[in-house]
Amino acid sequence: MIKSLEELKRIRDEVKKATKVREGMKGTRIVVGMGTCGISAGAREVMSAVLDELRKRDIDDVVVTQTGCIGFCKYEPLMDVIKPGEEKVTYVNLTPEKARRVVVEHIVNGRVVKEYIVPNL
Amino acid sequence: MRELSMHLMDIIENSIKADADLVIITIEENKAENNLTITVKDDGKGMDKEFLQRVFDPFVTSRTTRRVGLGLPLLKAAAERCGGKVEITSAPNLGTQVKACFQHQHIDRAPMGNLAETLTAVIVGNPKVDFVYTHITPKGRYVLDTRIIKETLDGINISHPKVVEWIKKNIAEGLKKINGGVDE
Ligand SMILES: Nc1ncnc2c1ncn2[C@@H]1O[C@H](COP(=O)(O)OP(=O)(O)OP(=O)(O)O)[C@@H](O)[C@H]1O
Ligand SMILES: [Mg+2]
Repeated sequence: MIKSLEELKRIRDEVKKATKVREGMKGTRIVVGMGTCGISAGAREVMSAVLDELRKRDIDDVVVTQTGCIGFCKYEPLMDVIKPGEEKVTYVNLTPEKARRVVVEHIVNGRVVKEYIVPNL
Repeated sequence: MRELSMHLMDIIENSIKADADLVIITIEENKAENNLTITVKDDGKGMDKEFLQRVFDPFVTSRTTRRVGLGLPLLKAAAERCGGKVEITSAPNLGTQVKACFQHQHIDRAPMGNLAETLTAVIVGNPKVDFVYTHITPKGRYVLDTRIIKETLDGINISHPKVVEWIKKNIAEGLKKINGGVDE
């Protein structure tokens, strides 16, 4: 790890210097369910897809975290999208492809992907 | 679960649920000695003796959302299927260590799966928890310490895409150098 810490320092300095093109995402969070049920249903792949899609689109101010099982096991893998000032949206039975679509439609374009949500959850 | 890395993610999740601040993950592989050992040690809230004795019972759980806890029973089954075992030591308020041993070359051992992706997800997904990951093979040792990473980042979010990429690459290349985490 030590050797490439230099590279990490370079990344840090780059990030610090970069002038923000877009401030719109600030405060947006994605929380992926990572309990036993979520993991065995493919939550890791969903999380990786989300991180990859954000990277591809150069979105660097959305925070992606994990949470344990919240008890909706049959809906796993699931994730919450939380935008400041908006109600939390829970997406269920995700695949990496569906998760990428959520990033594009909801995070970037601001439209909830209704097909992937369960009303009243 | 299909892969040992998924089990790993799951036992780490237990540590996080137990409010650990530091999770120490050690994987030791030695094909010649037919050994693969995964250890997860945390400084979380621990378990008392009585609870610990029954912890592999699926009906023992501190969950409130579901009446069964499957993580540890599934890990135990995965280990025993390939001539291995799981040992847990724990003390209230001090922490817990889960050690799972597998026969490396056993035909029924689940594949390791993508460790770089798994650990990156765990590290990025739990920014408030620190992780020290050590992987040991006969060819050498790889260590990743998120405390050093966070210190270096100096306030930059660990889930910044460039940082995520660095972490993943660092693990993948580090493991490659010591021929770790590969199943042929
Ligand atoms: N690292 C740990 N520290 C403290 N307590 C633990 C730890 N690991 C497991 N436990 C205790 O053992 C119980 C059983 O764990 P197990 O992983 O089998 O099921 P679970 O976590 O409750 O549910 P699931 O894994 O199915 O989501 C937990 O509910 C918790 O009380
Ligand atoms: Mg568990």
